[in-house]
Amino acid sequence: MADTLKLEIVTPESKIYSEDVEMVTLPGSEGEAGIYPNHVPLMTQVQAGEIVVNRGGTEEVVAIGEGFAEITGEHVAILTDNAANSADIDEAAAEEAKAKAEQRLEEGGDVSEEDAKALTQAILYSQAQIKAKRRKRG
Amino acid sequence: MPSTREIRRRIVSVKKTAQITSAMEKVAQAKMARAQQAALAGRPYAELMNRVLGEVVSHAGDFDHPFMKARSGENRALILVTTDKGMCGSINSNLLRKVTDEFVTDHTRMIAAGRKGAQHASRVGWDLAAEFPYSDTPVFSEARAIARMAVELFENAEVDHVDIAFTNFVNTITQKPEVQTLLPITEIKGVQAGVEGEEMATELLGGTAEFLFEPSAGGVLGALLPHYINFQVHQILLEAKASEFSSKMVAMKNATDNANDLIKDLTLEFNKMRQAAITNELLEITTAQMALGN
Repeated sequence: MADTLKLEIVTPESKIYSEDVEMVTLPGSEGEAGIYPNHVPLMTQVQAGEIVVNRGGTEEVVAIGEGFAEITGEHVAILTDNAANSADIDEAAAEEAKAKAEQRLEEGGDVSEEDAKALTQAILYSQAQIKAKRRKRG
Repeated sequence: MPSTREIRRRIVSVKKTAQITSAMEKVAQAKMARAQQAALAGRPYAELMNRVLGEVVSHAGDFDHPFMKARSGENRALILVTTDKGMCGSINSNLLRKVTDEFVTDHTRMIAAGRKGAQHASRVGWDLAAEFPYSDTPVFSEARAIARMAVELFENAEVDHVDIAFTNFVNTITQKPEVQTLLPITEIKGVQAGVEGEEMATELLGGTAEFLFEPSAGGVLGALLPHYINFQVHQILLEAKASEFSSKMVAMKNATDNANDLIKDLTLEFNKMRQAAITNELLEITTAQMALGN
């Protein structure tokens, strides 16, 4: 019986994470989901947010944009547009992106429903980046 | 007859041109390699996407999505992927010729990616809906912006068909203008990453394990399709960039070779003239001496 999961996070530009881990918590479409080894095979949408990884007794945080996860008993593969390891996150840039998205959302007006959804996802992603960074520091 | 000084000046100037073109050739070579690498970096994503698509398609059953519905209208949109700058051989004119001959009708709206296409569109009076910039190493968000625009036109039924015209990278020497259909999606094929002909498995994988779907297979597929289109556009941009730089590389290599030939010819002429001048001078001296000796 496998006691670790292979976690892979891929974006169109690179593979940003590929490790054997003990547990993964990811923001699924129906709320947070904690994935342990031998999980039932599952395909799910993931929301923008943070993925918490337990690896070798330590906790790592990766911020991701919206995407998809393929989960089997042995591995978790996450397909997403954006992802950032906490070490690579530029907190100031994330703050700025978040402020910009929030401002556009508040102005409302000619923002279509689609745009609003995209903006909300952008805000969530920025938030996750900021949180991941702070946690790493603290 | 130009003087020796003029010829010397021309040699210096042609030498400088050769230096510049050979530098541009090397830059283009490096950038081409970078675009190829960026395309290859998308391979794990493409593989995973094919896996997810395979699972979802085999479980979704009779699935209907607005993106997959063919409509009979004749309004079309064409995404025109060209370069921003010139000095890259004939790839832009080849692409534009193909597009003009085969695709443009009065009902075609243009979405230009790259300045050359936009310039051409406004020059010949095509209906230009939007122009998007993309950088030398295209990033995913640039592709997403272009795809969003196309999808919006399609969703609002302003157009019934979306094609994308770009220059396909066959190899370093050959690039071929090509047009692909983006919307509607008639058949979900596997996506491919990497610019050159080295094939990766593109068939949809799946049907191995019994997956659960959250919220449902149809829901996942519906959410996946926009990403599928984004990724296709992204790979096409990378392909177009690789084509641009390989074409530029060849053009600059030819320019450098021509300049070197020219330098050789000019140097020969310069030497001939110098020799003629020396001979003349000697002649004068001897004639003068002979005159004095008499």
